[in-house]
Amino acid sequence: MKEGYVVKVAGPLVVASGLPDPKMYDLVKVGEDRLMGEIIELRGDRASIQVYEETSGIGPGDVVISTGEPLSVELGPGLLTSIYDGVQRPLDTIMDKYGNYITRGVEEPGLSRTRKWNFRALVKVGDAVEPGDVLGTVPETKVITHRIMVPAGVEGKITHIREGEFTVEDTIAVVDSGGGDVQVSMMQKWPVRKARLYVEKRPPVEPLVTGQRIVDTFFPIAKGGTACVPGPFGSGKTVLQHAIAKWANSQIVIFVGCGERGNEMTDVLQEFPELTDPYSGEPLMLRTVLIANTSNMPVAAREASVYTGITLAEYYRDMGYDVTLQADSTSRWAEALREISGRLEEMPGEEGYPAYLGTRLAAFYERSGRVVCLGKDRREGSICSIGSVSPPGGDLSEPVTQATLRVVKVFWALEDRLAFARHFPAISWMNSYSLYLDQTEEYWGDEVDATYAALREEAMSILQREAELQEIVRLIGVEALSDQERLLMETAKSLREDFLQQNAFDDADAFTSLRKQFLLLRLIMRFHAVANQELEKGRGVEELLDLPIQEEIARAKFMPEDQLGGFDELEEELVRQLTARVEVPQARIHEPSTAVETAAEGA
Amino acid sequence: MVKEYLTVKEIVGPLILLQGVEGAKYNELVEVEFPDGSIGLGNVLEVEEDVVLLQSFETTSGLNIAETRVRFTGRSLELPVCKDILGRVFDGLGRPMDKGPRVIPEKKLDINGSPINPFARDYPTDFIQTGISAIDGLNPLVRGQKLPIFSGAGLPHNRIAAQIARQSGVLGETEDFAVVFATMGITFEEADFFIREFRTQAALERAVLFINLADDPAIERIATPRMALTAAEYLAYEQNMQVLVLLTDMTYYCEALREISAARKEVPGRRGYPGYLYTDLASIYERAGRIKGAKGSITQIPVLSMPDDDKTHPIPDLTGYITEGQIILSRELQRRGVYPPLDVLPSLSRLKEKGIGEGKTREDHSGLSNQLFSAYARGKEARELAVILGEAALSEEDKLYVKFSDAFEERFIRQGEYENRSIEETLSIGWELLKILPRSELKRVKEEQIKKYMEAGVSR
Ligand SMILES: Nc1ncnc2c1ncn2[C@@H]1O[C@H](COP(=O)(O)OP(=O)(O)OP(=O)(O)O)[C@@H](O)[C@H]1O
Repeated sequence: MKEGYVVKVAGPLVVASGLPDPKMYDLVKVGEDRLMGEIIELRGDRASIQVYEETSGIGPGDVVISTGEPLSVELGPGLLTSIYDGVQRPLDTIMDKYGNYITRGVEEPGLSRTRKWNFRALVKVGDAVEPGDVLGTVPETKVITHRIMVPAGVEGKITHIREGEFTVEDTIAVVDSGGGDVQVSMMQKWPVRKARLYVEKRPPVEPLVTGQRIVDTFFPIAKGGTACVPGPFGSGKTVLQHAIAKWANSQIVIFVGCGERGNEMTDVLQEFPELTDPYSGEPLMLRTVLIANTSNMPVAAREASVYTGITLAEYYRDMGYDVTLQADSTSRWAEALREISGRLEEMPGEEGYPAYLGTRLAAFYERSGRVVCLGKDRREGSICSIGSVSPPGGDLSEPVTQATLRVVKVFWALEDRLAFARHFPAISWMNSYSLYLDQTEEYWGDEVDATYAALREEAMSILQREAELQEIVRLIGVEALSDQERLLMETAKSLREDFLQQNAFDDADAFTSLRKQFLLLRLIMRFHAVANQELEKGRGVEELLDLPIQEEIARAKFMPEDQLGGFDELEEELVRQLTARVEVPQARIHEPSTAVETAAEGA
Repeated sequence: MVKEYLTVKEIVGPLILLQGVEGAKYNELVEVEFPDGSIGLGNVLEVEEDVVLLQSFETTSGLNIAETRVRFTGRSLELPVCKDILGRVFDGLGRPMDKGPRVIPEKKLDINGSPINPFARDYPTDFIQTGISAIDGLNPLVRGQKLPIFSGAGLPHNRIAAQIARQSGVLGETEDFAVVFATMGITFEEADFFIREFRTQAALERAVLFINLADDPAIERIATPRMALTAAEYLAYEQNMQVLVLLTDMTYYCEALREISAARKEVPGRRGYPGYLYTDLASIYERAGRIKGAKGSITQIPVLSMPDDDKTHPIPDLTGYITEGQIILSRELQRRGVYPPLDVLPSLSRLKEKGIGEGKTREDHSGLSNQLFSAYARGKEARELAVILGEAALSEEDKLYVKFSDAFEERFIRQGEYENRSIEETLSIGWELLKILPRSELKRVKEEQIKKYMEAGVSR
């Protein structure tokens, strides 16, 4: 063991002296309690250490021990369903052993050493293997098969391979690498600050279907893409992140709660084991890893948590899975960076953030993407990264938002004005954008309907036109509008309320398949088209806008996924009602069913 | 073994720099002996070799370099606790100031606490009926939540906080409730209002008060909320009580923090507040909650006055990012004489989804509150439009919305300071008001519920 001693303590920053041969990002243990820390600056004999735990009680002269290794995570079966702190300590085990509060100096491995996993080999003695090749599989959870891969730097012929029940430390294969035998177990270690290797990157081609209508239809995110969700407090960042974690069609979800509320993590922990994945029918937790470093937990560990998260994501990507990594919130990560930088007395950039904020953010998002993985089978995997941003005062010109916008391809702008009106998700359709539209349009065309893209465009232009018309109404009043314009306003309202608004807490509404999104959008646009034709035939807008069908359109979002045939009926009904030239009796307001009949008879 | 030093080198504002110190620890509690023999407390902010930077909780006026003695206690700032703290009044550093008997501590607790393991938390789901419609109906409070009141100078936040404490059962008959009340920098009169309030409700024996007033040392305020929360944790988790913590006014707390930061010449974040303000506030607010298997709970209502009524000011802004919603007061309603002047649109309770509904309050609660919200939002918008263009420019529908929002403010929001409405009353006022609107506009409530709660009365 290499020992030094503390010379200075300022909050989470400790300076040590006397460490023999300290290296940047080496992991160290500080003081009698052996608090975990990481070397982040070297000046002569002095090493600055960011400590992942509360430093109260540490003082000059206390011992500092260097492990000589960088901060790493353990990778292997058992990651899924876990909840870790920012440096991969399992919070459930910690609670069992140490009680309800986070105690200092706890050392708990990320993967259980006693649990046995059923390993089935896919290679045999004599096979030549290289890094990334799949040695065999473990059913990690009911829905995910864990692929045990040849670790980096190991190449050669298999001389032994075993099958059966093993712990993550047991040897399952031996590889003759020319220079000697290498024992391979089911666990690898990887330094979190270093991106894992792959063969090559490819541009994203497929949308990540999230089941959120405004996202999938208007501002889609791709598998392997990047997105950010900036918004003032209470605008719905966390709810949107949770909704995507719940419903997106990626195989693995890594959720990093970075400096946010404790109760939000509890919410996920209690909900995910109970919610079923719409794709597999099994509990969502079976494909999820949670990393929780809440706002009151040590700030340095918060800085590390996003790296821990992305490294786990890369590991599953390497197996050939589509992974989403969600970080809520990257602003808290940036603040941790700022705090440490301040203690190091670095020259501050904008708003006190270090000058390297932009580079760090970019480097983090660059670790996502669609790649060809290591291994002879050339499998593909992807990481889609979605980060929340919490701009102070909702002001998007602040450094973290700006630095993020420079690297991400999708921008979901949350607006508090919408949130106040309880229009959720409060994603602004005017300010948001997605640079994956081209890729996703092709997919929609093939998988859903050839007219999807055109429909989307038309709907968007109606929403844009509405904003202009609203300006006119504000200045002159509704009378200034023509019948066509009034119809357009009505359609826009329907688009907003009946399509864009989606209640994350309503079982029937929380998830909408692409097919249903298309049908719902077509229904609303059909209303617009047919009503427009009627206007051209000389009818007044009043007769068209007070029909019971509008109420039914409003409820169409609740149509069960297995009864989508209902949309055809609604479209027929819509045509019938709009084209019926009958004064609909007053009673309809309270009895929609009679109204339908009356209108039908009239037609 | 207490070490004493006479080696003060600098005194700058609330900071004291000491040299030649041996064995000082980060965050250690110190006693500062003034030249006149009086004793104040402080703690270690930074230590480098033998040089120690202290913050003094007392004002440093009267200190000098030559005679000031500093004693290192080897522990951090602690609060002595026992069941008898109920009914007692302490100063901002936890020293009794009510001339009552000495507190014989069962134990002493570090006021900084430890972060709750997120895995150990239990999600707050128990609705607390405050008896205030604008809160219960639209932004309900649940046990274990942290829900601040964003206020401004001259607004009745104290009366509302007291009404919540009074009506939410917290001050009810049962033994299991307690209020922990901490003041930071408020005036004597304001503090006195609360103390009288507790006394007339005969509730003082279930309350613990920590009082730091406007003329008390500012730096002491940094410790005050932590004192209160330490007491609250003891009562909640060791005495199994449901604890409501009122902290007023967090703005002065933050200013004290800024004072320290400025004296240390730290790189400031926005408006001169330190970059770690978020983390610091989180270490206070996140001490609310419930713990698995524990009977007690801590619900927090911090009150803060927004400088210049500006919600984007760093104090309300960062608070809003940590707390589970916010109750915002409206100067406009106050001007129109509406009590409680709650600005319901920007107010929010994030934990409501799981605290309301069937089995908690009533099945229609969620839908109804969404409907009331959006209708009120639309009505207010139309009302503004009417101001510019005149009533005539509004569509028939919009006119109804304006009518709705007027009625909403008069009948739903407005209520008496001593009026305690049950949740049923609150909800039925809501349904009553929705009758003003055409039925086709009620898109957020379920068909069955319209029939059951709104039209049941009509058809009969
Ligand atoms: N899709 C939705 N459906 C229904 N309600 C929603 C939806 N999105 C957000 N909300 C409401 O908005 C509230 C705030 O959302 P959320 O907690 O996600 O905000 P936030 O932007 O993450 O805030 P912060 O940055 O402070 O964490 C939720 O508690 C919920 O009441």
